[in-house]
Amino acid sequence: MSLAEPAALPVAAPAPPRLHIATRFAARFNASLPAYLLLLPSLIFLALFTYGAMGRVLIDALYQRATPKAPLRFVGLDNITAVLADPAFTGAVINNLIYAIGTAIPSIGLALLFALALARTNAVTSALRAALFLPVLIPMVAASALFLFIFLPNVGLLDYYIGRLLPVLPNWLGDPDIALYAIMIITVWKNAGYYMLFFLAGLQAVPEDVMEAAHLDGAGPFMRLRYIILPELKPTFLFVIVIATLNAVTQVDHVFVMTKGGPSNATNLVLFYIYQQAVEHYDIGKASAATLLTLAALMGLTALSFRTMANREGGA
Amino acid sequence: MKLIDALYKDAPLATRNEITPKLGFALTVLLALAWLIPFLWMGVATLRPASDGINLMAELMPSLKPTLDNIRDAWEIGDFPRYFLNTTIICTGILLVQFFTVTLAGFAFARLDFAGKSLIFYLFLMQLMLVPVLLIVPNLRIVAQFGLYDTLAGVMMPFFASAFGTFLMRQAFEAIPTELEDAALIDGASLIQRIRHIYVPLSIPSFSAFAIISVTSHWNDFLWPLMVINSPDKRPLTVGLSVFTATAEGTQAWGTIAAGTLMVIAPLLITFLIFQKRFISSFVTSGIK
Repeated sequence: MSLAEPAALPVAAPAPPRLHIATRFAARFNASLPAYLLLLPSLIFLALFTYGAMGRVLIDALYQRATPKAPLRFVGLDNITAVLADPAFTGAVINNLIYAIGTAIPSIGLALLFALALARTNAVTSALRAALFLPVLIPMVAASALFLFIFLPNVGLLDYYIGRLLPVLPNWLGDPDIALYAIMIITVWKNAGYYMLFFLAGLQAVPEDVMEAAHLDGAGPFMRLRYIILPELKPTFLFVIVIATLNAVTQVDHVFVMTKGGPSNATNLVLFYIYQQAVEHYDIGKASAATLLTLAALMGLTALSFRTMANREGGA
Repeated sequence: MKLIDALYKDAPLATRNEITPKLGFALTVLLALAWLIPFLWMGVATLRPASDGINLMAELMPSLKPTLDNIRDAWEIGDFPRYFLNTTIICTGILLVQFFTVTLAGFAFARLDFAGKSLIFYLFLMQLMLVPVLLIVPNLRIVAQFGLYDTLAGVMMPFFASAFGTFLMRQAFEAIPTELEDAALIDGASLIQRIRHIYVPLSIPSFSAFAIISVTSHWNDFLWPLMVINSPDKRPLTVGLSVFTATAEGTQAWGTIAAGTLMVIAPLLITFLIFQKRFISSFVTSGIK
């Protein structure tokens, strides 16, 4: 009976204007247009030389190149199986694995030593850093020209100074058992100074108070290295290992200048094999198959590198 | 760039110089000297007269009768001025186009919102993933299809877009306060004018870091130009040096090889010694990406 206020009727909120999906899409596209135009120049070149090239490798790997006798024809996975059955390719893969491990470990170890020794900044350490960094800047071809003489049998620098102490003078680049290790020396010489930079940067992240506390607790230099510094440098290690592995597959200029993959394929690396198939044997199918296999192998690794980089971004 | 500035201060753990025992430091000094030996030999051998003979070629003590004959010979055998010119054209051409592409793309990622942004971002990331050096075979075919085989433009073209440069500029642009742009917007500046007059001038350090990395890597590039270039007069320095070395090696003219190598690496080494700090910080940046 009381004149209760009539309950407010729920009023439907006015429906948002229902636009046709195409209209909405057009609106969104129009709003995005300036960005697309800015990205267009980059995307054209990426489309050609990254995505296009990738697609091209996939297609080329499935075809047998046309010869004067036979037309271009689809061969499915034949190129891949041919490459996998080619002892030159499997040999190059094994060489590349030895080369990758044998260059990564010494150059990373030396880089860490250099960074720890040169972390303190003064005129002396700056000069030493510069000395160690110089090889990073010069072309691999130039480094190879210098090391050609260093490894020259009998009269070369190595034999002139050290070889005299050995019972037999080794033929550094001519002996299939030694040549791969000889070219590895150049790589370590060239890359250690580069990786040193990342360790120097990584050392900045080591907290001073923790170091000081450990010092007060009586932890010696090796304890501090083992339990504080090395754990702090873990992201740097991961990152540098990835870079070193990529370098081992992509830096082959010294093979071209010094050994051409010889003697008897002892210094043949994967990228040199790809080059040989494409340029010397005109076998695009096989070259593409080898490229594809190598890219696939590196994909997982680069995925890891992105996670490492993402981790580093917080610190940088 | 805080990290890079920190590189030039003592690392905290080294402030007491105890983590690097004297032995480690001594070893590093020895190795740093060993690292310089190839350069030292190059300098000494360049100035060594041919009369010293092959048996003294490895001697690191400089000759008492230095000569410039090797430099003259190298200059006459190899067409080094031409190689310099070609390399300079390649590096400059790549860099100029890259400045254009990475500025525009970097700005789009830093300041604009658009449909499919993250998808396109991943498309850029893919360029870093795919290890461009390995794509030489398909890229050679693409360059040939454009009729650019054996041209300097063909050497340059695959590098005109740079994912690394785009990400570097994106970071630089993101650090610029939006108020500056808003003020320009009120004044009626167009998008391109805002990029040109606000973002670009305030990002010079990032541009110069990118320039150092781009020029150094393309200056030293060998495999790709080796595949694209056929004519001797279009060779860049690296390809020219490899041909020159192969020729001189046959005649045992090691003094000439040393002189040729010196001429090829001198420009970058001198630039590095002058702008050491800039170079090192750029290389750290390039690793961080």
